[in-house]
Amino acid sequence: MEKELKLMKGNEAVAEAAIRAGADGYFGYPITPQSEILEYLMEAKPYEKTGMVVLQAESELAAINMVYGGAGCGKKVMTTSSSPGISLKQEGISYIAGAELPCLIVNVVRGGPGLGTIQPAQSDYFQATKGGGHGDYHLIVLAPASVQEMADFVDLGFELAFKYRNPAMILSDGAIGQMMEKVWLSPQKERSKTVPEWATTGKPPTRERNVITSLDLDPNAQEVFNQKLIDKYNEIREQEVRYEEFQCEDAEYLFVAYGTSARVCQKSVLLAREQGIKAGLLRPITLFPFPTKKINELADKVKMMLSVEMSAGQMVEDVLLSVNGKVPVYHFGRMGGIIPAPDEVVENLKSKITGG
Amino acid sequence: MAQATGIKEIIKPENLVYKKTKLMTDNVLSYCPGCGHGTAHRIIAEVIDEEGLQSESIGICPVGCSVLLYNFMDIDWQEAAHGRAPAVATGIKRLMPEKFVFTYQGDGDLAAIGTAETIHSCNRGENILIVFINNGIYGMTGGQMAPTTLPGMKSSTSPYGRDIATMGNPLKMTDIVATLPGTYYVTRQSVHTPANVKKTKKAIRKAVQYQKLNKGTCFVEIVSNCPSNWKMTPVQSNKWLEENMLPYYPLGDMKIPEDQPA
Amino acid sequence: MAKIRGSIVVEIDRCKGCEVCMVSCPTGTIAMAKEVNHKGYFYAYPANPDLCIGCANCAMVCPDGVITVYKTKI
Repeated sequence: MEKELKLMKGNEAVAEAAIRAGADGYFGYPITPQSEILEYLMEAKPYEKTGMVVLQAESELAAINMVYGGAGCGKKVMTTSSSPGISLKQEGISYIAGAELPCLIVNVVRGGPGLGTIQPAQSDYFQATKGGGHGDYHLIVLAPASVQEMADFVDLGFELAFKYRNPAMILSDGAIGQMMEKVWLSPQKERSKTVPEWATTGKPPTRERNVITSLDLDPNAQEVFNQKLIDKYNEIREQEVRYEEFQCEDAEYLFVAYGTSARVCQKSVLLAREQGIKAGLLRPITLFPFPTKKINELADKVKMMLSVEMSAGQMVEDVLLSVNGKVPVYHFGRMGGIIPAPDEVVENLKSKITGG
Repeated sequence: MAQATGIKEIIKPENLVYKKTKLMTDNVLSYCPGCGHGTAHRIIAEVIDEEGLQSESIGICPVGCSVLLYNFMDIDWQEAAHGRAPAVATGIKRLMPEKFVFTYQGDGDLAAIGTAETIHSCNRGENILIVFINNGIYGMTGGQMAPTTLPGMKSSTSPYGRDIATMGNPLKMTDIVATLPGTYYVTRQSVHTPANVKKTKKAIRKAVQYQKLNKGTCFVEIVSNCPSNWKMTPVQSNKWLEENMLPYYPLGDMKIPEDQPA
Repeated sequence: MAKIRGSIVVEIDRCKGCEVCMVSCPTGTIAMAKEVNHKGYFYAYPANPDLCIGCANCAMVCPDGVITVYKTKI
């Protein structure tokens, strides 16, 4: 079957992609800048097409717990929100990770902290990659930089979530959520009829009862379980790293940026080269697992790295860890919902080169 | 297995009157002596067994004394975060509408942290059963005041007795959800005497059967005891329940469906 | 006239000695033992088995479900 070409907002693309990916359920709550996802799904009435459930919950907290319930039954379920709402979901996300359930969470990041702004930001990097919720767990985090990737990562997110029985997150931002671009949409997938053997579907006489829980009062057993999670994350680190290189072959200075910042830096690379500076861009696509090995390799070739983020500097810490002291690593960022301009980034790079 | 038996000649399979349902596992219950949880579990398990719903049932257990409920009843279970069971149940029932889905929650779970989830699932009329065990105190965490603690009742966080002026009145959740059009059958029962056990079982059976009608939420409150944190013997606690809890939380049906026989 | 006679079986090691069965028994069949089970509880037992009418009040109200009830006409 053919892919379909449409002009869509990032948020709308997520919604349409969810329907076509054969999602079983979506539970959400309105919050700027991602309410269009819930609105699109309500208007599209996928229940009549594929039987996909769409429900506006009473809070983001309730929505993530509805996701937990559906995920425990082995269904493809998802929720979306923006920064303050994602904070509300952290308890539920920790429970989902602790119960080893698959699901997809989309964060269309806005400026924070607190109620913040409604403009785009990248200040939830720590929350997404270092925890957010309590306990030793990780989300698989995908960072789209285009409306196409917003759509593609829905299917990829579900695939990885079910492959590893782990929650997956699409970490987007308000710019990508709101912008309109061409997007190739995959044909409608059928909703899966496979029931995972661990799912709660009603206990037939042929098996033991299934219990979905993250509780274990025996510390020895809990440690064994935590080690199991560590092994899982190590496998994910080995198998699922994704990134994109732009003009890195002969680069002397490297931008490291994701999402909207990466789009800006792509232009900055071109502007810098016009001025005789051999810049390149490493765009992480998976933020967890982070492209540590690749960045470490590039540190052998470049003189300096600049982590460009719409935040006070969060991913820069992972770049520093990956570089492990080989070359200097700096951060440049705008906050409060402001997107840096490409020439602003180049000026900052130049100032770092001259030591200003 | 050590047993004390009555007249041995009468003990024959054809004379069997009552045996604990096989839907309760062999695990020893973790509850204190005399706690109503065990009785409530057994009643629910009996109804599920008698209605033939073991392979169709998904239960959602709470955070509270009954956090380990999944060890005691042989059906599929999901452990919810504190208070979130109705939201978890919503996710399950919306995605698997043909299953029998029920929550089992205590007073902190349902009436404190979970108030929003309780009200909204009832308001949407989710086709689930909510079982609410109300013993007016937080058991698992050591006897703190609950939203349903009675005025003047002592607890570890109301050591001088619940003071209405600073701590508010006890919350009558069952009365509140009965006012919502989304609820179909709302009742308050108890399990401290054999007569009440029979009535509770009847109520649970109605709620289980009503779920197939997809006409809204069934809500069964079970006023129960907490001998340990009320600091009484089990027998004393049941008496205290009758004299103090029941006047404030009277038993009976609060909402019966118009289209059902009484 | 036929008389109803009952007989109960108590799993004494699972009994927690809560005494709720004893106060629910209408005939005075049940008493608490003077020795403890292996958990340290004074367990319930049919002290006056001839009085038992097999009404199953005890079994219905038992939180731990440790009582099985039989009855017959004699």
